[in-house]
Amino acid sequence: MTKAEESRKAAENLLKKIDELIDRPVRFMEVCGTHTVSIFRSGIRQLLPEKVELVSGPGCPVCVTPNDYMDMAIAYAKQKDIIIATFGDMLKVPGTSSSLNAMKTAGADIRIVYSPLDALQIARDNPAKKIVFLGVGFETTAPLSAATIQAAGNENINNFFVLAAHKWTNTALEALLNDKDIKVDGFLLPGHVCVITGEEPFAFVAEKYKKPAVVAGFDALDILQAVYMLAKQVKNKEAKIENAYKRVVKAEGNIIAKQAIEAVFDKSTPSWRGLGEIPLSGMQINDKYSKYDVLKQIAVEKEVSKENPACCCGDVLKGLKKPIDCPLFKKICTPDKPAGACMVSVEGTCHAWYKYGQGRYHYGR
Amino acid sequence: MPGINMDKAGIIMDDKFITLAHGAGGLKSRELVEEVMLPAFDNEYLRQMHDGAKLQMTNNIAFTTDSYVVQPLFFNGGNIGKLAVCGTVNDLAMTGAVPKYISVGMIIEEGFAIADLQKIVMTMKEAAAEAGVHIVTGDTKVVDKNKGDGIFINTAGVGEIIQGCDIAPQNVKAGMDVIASGYLGDHAATIMACRHNLQMPGTLKSDCAPLNKLVEKLLQEVPQIAVMRDATRGGAAAVLNEIAGQAGIGIIIDEDKIPVRKEVNGFCDILGFEPLYLANEGKFITFVDKKYTEKVLAVMHQSEYGKDACVIGETNDKAVNEVVLRTTIGGMRIIDMPAGEQIPRIC
Repeated sequence: MTKAEESRKAAENLLKKIDELIDRPVRFMEVCGTHTVSIFRSGIRQLLPEKVELVSGPGCPVCVTPNDYMDMAIAYAKQKDIIIATFGDMLKVPGTSSSLNAMKTAGADIRIVYSPLDALQIARDNPAKKIVFLGVGFETTAPLSAATIQAAGNENINNFFVLAAHKWTNTALEALLNDKDIKVDGFLLPGHVCVITGEEPFAFVAEKYKKPAVVAGFDALDILQAVYMLAKQVKNKEAKIENAYKRVVKAEGNIIAKQAIEAVFDKSTPSWRGLGEIPLSGMQINDKYSKYDVLKQIAVEKEVSKENPACCCGDVLKGLKKPIDCPLFKKICTPDKPAGACMVSVEGTCHAWYKYGQGRYHYGR
Repeated sequence: MPGINMDKAGIIMDDKFITLAHGAGGLKSRELVEEVMLPAFDNEYLRQMHDGAKLQMTNNIAFTTDSYVVQPLFFNGGNIGKLAVCGTVNDLAMTGAVPKYISVGMIIEEGFAIADLQKIVMTMKEAAAEAGVHIVTGDTKVVDKNKGDGIFINTAGVGEIIQGCDIAPQNVKAGMDVIASGYLGDHAATIMACRHNLQMPGTLKSDCAPLNKLVEKLLQEVPQIAVMRDATRGGAAAVLNEIAGQAGIGIIIDEDKIPVRKEVNGFCDILGFEPLYLANEGKFITFVDKKYTEKVLAVMHQSEYGKDACVIGETNDKAVNEVVLRTTIGGMRIIDMPAGEQIPRIC
């Protein structure tokens, strides 16, 4: 058997077992945007039995970034002595009336980086400029931002700043579980996040809310395996945290990364697009490192932020609506000209629906 | 060539860097042309030193142009000069023509190292020699420091259409095989990894290559080929969508048949890219009636640039204008037209 045939066989096997275990319609939420992409890319949604629905959760860092943050970044980009350093997918995210991409076209100095350490290098190379790194992302990118801020401190670099909006994913999950409108029978927990945090921060899902949850890896078989384990818990009326990604995720997580986060960030209460303010869900730079907190060091005027009332990103992020239920989807809002953040990121639910033809390809479901 | 010491060709200039004077049309310009360009590109047409080249053609001609603005200028597997020659050669080849003559226009930034220019020119010479084309006319301009990106190159080319073959998307019908000429994504992965200092294995290199000899052989042996197109910007995904749209057919590609190197897959995993959307500079996709598939593959496998060629999918009349991927685990999903540039995701 070739490797491809083996994969196909293994997938068929898991799908059959899932079908046998589940005897009523269930909804499982994949929390992580990378899972969303993998699910669409491998065509899992169409292969699962009709009674098993996968809904995407709030685990795409770009998608949960509110207009307010983008407007702030745009305000900084307008300053002549500032270079904005950012991960690529923030460029197209619309703010209230502009985007970083539009600012770049208009002449702002905005540079794509792959790591905050690249931003620090830009600071070293441009001593006459102030470099503002857009620190977005979850527990996966936060340790890098923290380590970079520490490195800036060690080198006493004075022209490097961070616009910090890192967030804790488990808090968003808890907010969803507290929302009575949201009906989810189990969660695929974000494998990459758990690499950093370990399983413990998600224990409440099973203990407090009695929902099954499985830490999942990222290839198609990893995900099917995790769905199968969720199905088994549902069938057995269990609620526990299981780890289907043991080859990578250790129960205690990455201690060094966690220490870096703790050393640099305090917990804060930021706003999430669509979900609103979630208590203690954010990371703000602590007093010790406040010289790197751009909000404390450089004052700028930003426009009054407004969200597009027709955009359904919020309900999509909560799994309450499908992208095709949004009046803007595919009509006004496309990857080329996104109206909402869920259409911007390749990991956004709307982008995935659009790109992979969900609801478009008539052989599919 | 009169007045030029060919033994020292390319190395007798005292200047180390391009200055505005090299683009001002006077002595320095002549020095640049005579000492860097002419010795490398020397041929009977260029030697005429007219305002333009006087050429002979017998058959119908194909004509194309392209501009090259790549960063970094030098990368594993080539440089901007090789791209500029191969790109135009390949565009001509894809129309079913034998590339004959090309022009080279360079826009160079003040302060550009002449040693680098010489490297680029020598690579262009080698690529042109391999492709069997003559560089017959050219132009050099110099722009102020910081007004260019080192060097921009434009090439245009003409070729003679091979008689008896008809390359057009409208020839593609349902039930044909779709063939990729080799591993996809090598070029873009190499360039992007270089651009962002990502440590990649040395085995990852651009596939930049002149495809005309392979294509010529292929069209002589199998003139029934419906269409072929090089999978440059937008990658194989763009080519497949263009052909599906122009031919009014559907295409189903099998994920496990797409040739992608392990390194390129790894690169894509890290940054959230898809190999089908990555640019290639030495690969093409061809559509052919199934009864000729074996012959096409046999010819391609004889060439260094087609040795990994394989069937990746087939055309159908069920889902017209749509390109669909059958995934390894048996799912189906759309491969859409790439929108905008590929940007790396956050985590």
